[in-house]
Amino acid sequence: MPDRIARRLMLAVAATLVVGVARAGESYGIGREATPQEIAGWDIDVSPNGAGLPPGRGDVRQGEAIFAAKCAACHGAHGEGKPMDRLVGGIGTLRDKKPVKTVGSFWPYATTLFDYVRRAMPLNAPQSLTPDEVYAVSAYVLFLNGIVPQDTTFDADNLARINMPNRNGFVSADPPPEAAAKP
Amino acid sequence: MPPAIPEWQLHPGEEVLSQPYGRPSRFEANVVRRYRHGLPEPPTRLSSFSLTPLQDLSGIITPNGLHYERHHAGTPTIDPLEHRLIVHGMVEKPLIFAMEDLTRFPSVSRVCFLECSGNTQNWGAPNPELTVQDTHGLLSCCEWTGVPLATILAEAGVKPEAKWMLAEGADAAAMTRSIPIEKALDDALLAYAQNGERLRPEQGYPLRLLLPGYEGNANVKWLRRLKLAAEPFQTREETSKYTMLMPDGVARQFNFVMHAKSVITFPSGGQRLGSAGFYEISGLAWSGLGKVARVEVSTDGGASWRDAALQEPVMSKCLTRFRSPWQWDGGPASLASRVIDETGYVQPTREALLKLRDVRSYYHYNAIQNWSVAAGGAVTNAG
Repeated sequence: MPDRIARRLMLAVAATLVVGVARAGESYGIGREATPQEIAGWDIDVSPNGAGLPPGRGDVRQGEAIFAAKCAACHGAHGEGKPMDRLVGGIGTLRDKKPVKTVGSFWPYATTLFDYVRRAMPLNAPQSLTPDEVYAVSAYVLFLNGIVPQDTTFDADNLARINMPNRNGFVSADPPPEAAAKP
Repeated sequence: MPPAIPEWQLHPGEEVLSQPYGRPSRFEANVVRRYRHGLPEPPTRLSSFSLTPLQDLSGIITPNGLHYERHHAGTPTIDPLEHRLIVHGMVEKPLIFAMEDLTRFPSVSRVCFLECSGNTQNWGAPNPELTVQDTHGLLSCCEWTGVPLATILAEAGVKPEAKWMLAEGADAAAMTRSIPIEKALDDALLAYAQNGERLRPEQGYPLRLLLPGYEGNANVKWLRRLKLAAEPFQTREETSKYTMLMPDGVARQFNFVMHAKSVITFPSGGQRLGSAGFYEISGLAWSGLGKVARVEVSTDGGASWRDAALQEPVMSKCLTRFRSPWQWDGGPASLASRVIDETGYVQPTREALLKLRDVRSYYHYNAIQNWSVAAGGAVTNAG
């Protein structure tokens, strides 16, 4: 009996040693807490529900001017592409032999457009557009695709509510189809 | 026959420290990364790729200077003293780390492959001029060292409702991907070293996310932010790119795992065999699901297969070198390899893969690769 207790004690001690400093709930105390102000400067992502959209607004007309100045050189005057990605058209082609994948035909969320332009565009000056400018360019690209009318103004309240044509065109791929492939 | 006493024995060689950071022999100057033959260069090399010269490498380790590249807005030049990682969102305590903080944590090293999911575009008629660098060069394998992501997430305290993690890079693309929390807590690594030295800038210096077995793009380089959330963020790279458009017009997204694949690197496209006789067929096999269990080799176009020898150690989610002796009779031959991983997954034929999806899905082409050997010894890509 005492032997068994002693063995259990030894096992408990051994387990403690193995777990060591990484015991659940215990911290290494390395790094420091990030303040809300610090996080705010870094937290630039926008989710499909609109979370993260900054204050601001921009309309199709403003977007047309910004697009001509900062986007058209790579994406074409009307988003037709060349040399870089085509942004406009192709709606209804995703079952075709040669589908045309654009913001209008393929992208499922308008928030993704805002998020991507804000973080990565234009290629030669990323994160240089103001929130107003990103709203405006987003409105213009969706106008070119016939998804919003010409008098559209985007802001944090309405952008996430845009119903993109391919909104339901994606499924999560787990497991993937080739998992069943046999030679 | 060279002279009995070669020229380089008749005078002293280069002094010690003639190269403080050593380089390959100048006779290996052709062993370099390059763009893909037969594909027009993209409009800008800021968003492009380069390919590892698999035909010139031995074993499984990719030298750091030959690791394939894929950047979306160039390689940033990051001062490690100015670099920070922020962990926030659905955590008990948002944290900020300097590089000197991250290197204090208990570290681990592991060897694993990275493969771009756009690797191998054999959907259409094979281009006979392609080499294995062209067809499979978006593949590399290094020993990576860093701190397990689970350690860092435990420091921050992940809330139970957090199911996804946004990883964001400090490059000009501010690259972002949503990662399932299960993977983040499983074998993900915050890597700061590669094959013994700090990461190369092209591979994410000073810090990258390493997700063993996952498609390259998800292994976000120049990592600066991790945000926990209940839902995926639906970033551009997980919606308009890195998704597989199926024949029915529906796109599959979150195709993370690189499934089992293998390729013969010798003899391979562009090489030429000499006289008939003995050759050692050699190649690489890998699986994002675990270890390679078996590799079979065919020299008759798949009519018959025999087991190849696997070089130890065989490691999970890592390249495995296989070898198979071959007596070439000097006539036409068709070479192929087929891998089976420890889960029982069998590398599909091209025909089997094409029954499921086609070039519209673009990513995750992992079918059996065939090399054609002509009488005379010329080796060409047969798709």
